[in-house]
Amino acid sequence: MMQHTVHITPESVVVDGKVLNHQEKGAALLTELYRKHIGDYPKFFKMDTLCRLGFVASELLLQVEGAERFVPREDRAVVFFNRNASLQADTTYQATIQDPENFYPSPAAFVYTLPNIVTGEIAIRNKYYGETLFLVIENNDPDIISRQLENTFQDPQTQSILGGWLDCTDENHFEAQIFLIFKS
Amino acid sequence: MIVKVSDNMISPLGMSTAENYAAVKAGRSELKRHDGLWNLPEPFTASLMHREAINEMATQYHLDEAYTFFEKMIILSAAKALEPTDIDPSSEKVLFILSTTKGNVFLLDKHETGFPQERVRLGMAAKQMTDYFHNPNTPIVVSNACISGVCAQIQAMRELESGHFDYVVTVGADVQSVFIVSGFQSFKALSVEPCKPFDANRCGLNLGDAAATIIYTRKDQVEDTDWVAIRGVIRNDANHISGPSRTGEGSYRALRAVLGDMSPDKIAFINTHGTATLYNDEMESVAIERAGLSNIPVNGLKGYYGHTMGAAGILETILSMQAVDDHTILATKGFETLGVTHPLVLSNQNQKTDKRAFIKLLSGFGGCNAALLMAKGGEL
Repeated sequence: MMQHTVHITPESVVVDGKVLNHQEKGAALLTELYRKHIGDYPKFFKMDTLCRLGFVASELLLQVEGAERFVPREDRAVVFFNRNASLQADTTYQATIQDPENFYPSPAAFVYTLPNIVTGEIAIRNKYYGETLFLVIENNDPDIISRQLENTFQDPQTQSILGGWLDCTDENHFEAQIFLIFKS
Repeated sequence: MIVKVSDNMISPLGMSTAENYAAVKAGRSELKRHDGLWNLPEPFTASLMHREAINEMATQYHLDEAYTFFEKMIILSAAKALEPTDIDPSSEKVLFILSTTKGNVFLLDKHETGFPQERVRLGMAAKQMTDYFHNPNTPIVVSNACISGVCAQIQAMRELESGHFDYVVTVGADVQSVFIVSGFQSFKALSVEPCKPFDANRCGLNLGDAAATIIYTRKDQVEDTDWVAIRGVIRNDANHISGPSRTGEGSYRALRAVLGDMSPDKIAFINTHGTATLYNDEMESVAIERAGLSNIPVNGLKGYYGHTMGAAGILETILSMQAVDDHTILATKGFETLGVTHPLVLSNQNQKTDKRAFIKLLSGFGGCNAALLMAKGGEL
């Protein structure tokens, strides 16, 4: 059973079907959403785009869920899907090693070159000790996604999933289409 | 019940499971120091494939230069695992799952122009494999850092349990590159000497190339000789994106849940992640202690292969099945003196066992941890 949805593109933010007002677009939109609706988690500014997107989208989702926040729990999984894995972070890191004359591999950039880091960021923020998983598929295919999410409930401890599509190619091009789904 | 049908592993130690197991049992490793390779300014120790051997084998399988080295590795490993079976890989009842962290990431280098840029996408690399086998299903790529190989097996078990497919071909692979080696070097995570898992003098990990495949199916009646994938669990530390939890939180929770109602007395060993970094090995000792499993022997196989990333969870599961079938607990190569605060039963010599089940344990960046319980059918 699906409850609550958040859809963010570089131009629009829709929470539970209602359009959220904003001024900015692209990368600046994520920062605007952070400042307006979250604001107490400066680690946001260290994150790459995929993590910023997932963090902001999950915060908006959990705010409309309205349940008590930050209580340690193992019954909620975080399962995301996308097409480009960690491409934006990979490109950023590649730039630090491209030129042998100017070779400065950055650990701060390298750590984000795994798509599942965003699942860890959300687990840390919310004290989620449950399953975290990142799957890559070529297209945002609702049949494949719902099949995988149903499969996730085979873990008897998992009662709900924060999941969905979370993709970006660079800091200004991204899409989050995420939701909460409860075991039926 | 989910059972293993077939497997294969391709590594610098051999092109088949049998060759690899024999090499590991004899204590061999291809971990070598490389100075100046790929123009990297610092030396590193890694277990790297002889690319010529792969290219030669690829030719026999009609894999030409249109395939990247990574794609050749995954296709060859899947093909060799399929060979002894009567599975038709073009059937819609067969699913391919790929476990990898970085796939064709070398294509981001602006000097690499030999392949279409889209192949840097993991789904496109996986599609080269499904197209080769004329498989109609969208391949699922698990990219969950260092625990991907166990997560891929858990996904395979779930897809079979829910009846969507009859067979799942679970392939794990990563190939080393400037991107990966320089990244781990920047993290100060690499040892320039062969790694020493759980040792007092351990000083970091080594990296390695490998591809490994397990094919699973679903069976109502299992035989005593079947390998059964009983349960897999994934848990998060909720602590740090790049450092393991001091309390071993996620690994402890995964271990506790994976054991279920199986008596610890039946477990031959826990095959750990054992990367030989200071923090990982310490964390695993905490988690095993907290789970009350300190009396069970543990081992780690990174001293033979280095850390093979997306392949590790599958490769180490295969070697552990081989070892149990051979009544053996494989030695932890590189280990001499226990260097973790919680005592573990660990040896650098092969030991005997008559037990017929094991736990595969992994942890990775993003705070993720996974455990898999495997047992012979006769144990159920």
